[in-house]
Amino acid sequence: MTTTVATVSEETGTPYVLSHLDALESEAVHIFREVAGEFERPVILFSGGKDSIVMLHLALKAFAPAAIPFSLLHVDTGHNFPEVIDYRDRTVEKHGLRLHVASVQDYIDRGVLKERPDGTRNPLQTVPLTEKIQTEKFDAVFGGGRRDEEKARAKERVFSLRDEFSQWDPRRQRPELWQLYNGRHAPGEHVRVFPLSNWTELDVWQYIAREGIELPEIYFAHEREVFMRAGMWLTAGEWGGPKDGEAVEKRLIRYRTVGDMSCTGAVDSDAVTLDQVIAEIAASRLTERGATRADDKLSEAAMEDRKREGYF
Amino acid sequence: MSTTTELTETTLLRFATAGSVDDGKSTLVGRLLHDSKSILTDQLEAVERASASRGQEGPDLALLTDGLRAEREQGITIDVAYRYFATARRRFILADTPGHVQYTRNMVTGASTAELTVILVDARNGVVEQTRRHAAIAALLRVPHVVLAVNKMDLVGYEEQVFASIAEKFTAYATELGVPEVTSIPISALAGDNVVEPSANMDWYGGPTFLEHLETVPVSHDMAHCHARLPVQFVIRPQTAEHPDYRGYAGQIAAGTFRVGDPVTVLPSGRTTKVSGIDLLGKPVEAAYTPQSVTLLLEDDIDISRGDLIVPSKDAPSTTQDIEATVCHVADQPLTVGHRVLLKHGTRTVKAIVKDIPSRLTLDDLSLHPHPGQLVANDIGRVKIRAAEALPVDSYADSRRTGSFILIDPADGTTLTAGMVGESFASPEPVKDEAEDDGWDF
Repeated sequence: MTTTVATVSEETGTPYVLSHLDALESEAVHIFREVAGEFERPVILFSGGKDSIVMLHLALKAFAPAAIPFSLLHVDTGHNFPEVIDYRDRTVEKHGLRLHVASVQDYIDRGVLKERPDGTRNPLQTVPLTEKIQTEKFDAVFGGGRRDEEKARAKERVFSLRDEFSQWDPRRQRPELWQLYNGRHAPGEHVRVFPLSNWTELDVWQYIAREGIELPEIYFAHEREVFMRAGMWLTAGEWGGPKDGEAVEKRLIRYRTVGDMSCTGAVDSDAVTLDQVIAEIAASRLTERGATRADDKLSEAAMEDRKREGYF
Repeated sequence: MSTTTELTETTLLRFATAGSVDDGKSTLVGRLLHDSKSILTDQLEAVERASASRGQEGPDLALLTDGLRAEREQGITIDVAYRYFATARRRFILADTPGHVQYTRNMVTGASTAELTVILVDARNGVVEQTRRHAAIAALLRVPHVVLAVNKMDLVGYEEQVFASIAEKFTAYATELGVPEVTSIPISALAGDNVVEPSANMDWYGGPTFLEHLETVPVSHDMAHCHARLPVQFVIRPQTAEHPDYRGYAGQIAAGTFRVGDPVTVLPSGRTTKVSGIDLLGKPVEAAYTPQSVTLLLEDDIDISRGDLIVPSKDAPSTTQDIEATVCHVADQPLTVGHRVLLKHGTRTVKAIVKDIPSRLTLDDLSLHPHPGQLVANDIGRVKIRAAEALPVDSYADSRRTGSFILIDPADGTTLTAGMVGESFASPEPVKDEAEDDGWDF
């Protein structure tokens, strides 16, 4: 990949410009350091998906050569891809991090949450997430959300205040001026922080390629047993599929986003390298959520409604 | 990899749009996104579905940008939305700000980080009150580049004279405000003239298309005239066997350039030392410049913490507890004389009190109302503030980063006010308010 950057030359008077990836990186690092400076107990939401992997990479760079002053939090739906859980655990080990896990399965076993008839566990994540935030008294929670993902997310602030019930009120957001982020919050409230707000899917992939960041295998084309449900290729497994009338077949696929097996669809693909993945995304006529997320299609305001309740 | 140009690293332009309700802003934004292939099939389908369910005939492109339930219900944009698109030459972050007068604060928000502002006018109406208001905000926020997009040229027969007279009138007004650069472009967002493709209907126009201008406008920093500034965000001290004595001051360079060997002063303490090293995200470099996030290493072990400002010793700002500024009030609760607030400047937050509100500005005609007593949401005014500690503030004219601050309500954390230190408009000559005896003290 070509890296054109920076351009410093006092002798010739050439102007100083950062490449777009360097500018986005610098902005994200600034956000991580602001949180480290202003909050008592920040935590990074880490799912083992590409956005959270990039977040962690940026946090490591922001505090080098010291360790990152944050722990990690994973909301485990119980239906996660084994490759992703494996990646998560190796990463935690490698960097000597502390991992908190909020388990949807625990809530179901205790009878606090009920399995939905459609089998998707994505909306069930909100309660374990918000209760974990309250019990651990996290006051800043980093999420990998990007404004290019969805129209409700396009309205999201970099620092987004959540009330004591973790709720988002889009009509009462603080204006965000210059780079002066306001992290004030009352006890019990917390701030969701989105360092990748201004990144697009393509930026994330270009950055992964530039920095040589390792990803879980499911992002690259591989043969897998899948079945079709609601227009999505879902991974067959004990989590709840296929059901009657749904046929399993072996296909060459990859994942463009990583939620859990119950809500993330695969795309047909033969891209096995980062460059091939980038070329595929650049040519795609679908957004990543449009291509692979069933839950966003529930209604026009599905994301806004889930975010209001405390979803990330 | 096979390097098609769009996959290489490019530069980034942050820009903001402003326009009255019916000037065709959504159409322009929609066309930019559409023609740069940034609207993907599933997004367009969602808009088509939503438009059809409202009984509209064609897809309503405003639904692409109106992301909140309340906005769609009321059919208006109530908040800044950020949009992303790219061409082979550049990446764009668009702050799409609402046009209504009551959302002045949102235009201020969008313009605070923008390097370019687009002001849209309807060719049939020319420069109207709202246009002057938008130009005044762009001037106040010192957005480096202003584009006047004269839209709906198709409705005035693509006449050069119509465009020329609007452009002339606007440029004269903007220049008076001190806007450094105005580029006027005749377009039809609906018909696509001069937005992405040059217009066959206006061969008298020899300038760039709207997109071409966005792609080529300079985003570089002219370091020759910049004061170097580093607000310290966080002190990095690994205290590991590998790095037992490492002590680095992390921050994003707010302005200018730092080099290894530079004599520097730490404010507010005033202690001096030299830069002994610069780490650029883990990698040592000889020099670094804005807006890079770096870690400075200093020769002497002096007491420095978050909130301090590192500056070149030969170019240090004065520190003061008394700040005069132009502010835009952004909260619903008013700002009053005697109000006790928190002031965040750079990485430092201090207690402060509003000592006086000498005047409020009417953006329509730039007239001043002396001693308004308070500022309410969307008001722009002059404010005198006393801070609990001395702050190293620059004039906003010299540095948008270290000349700006926000006021915060200490009780509930609300962001109250956006502040710009020093003179407000970058006037080439002082603007005189003829109606007032005491004139403009802006």
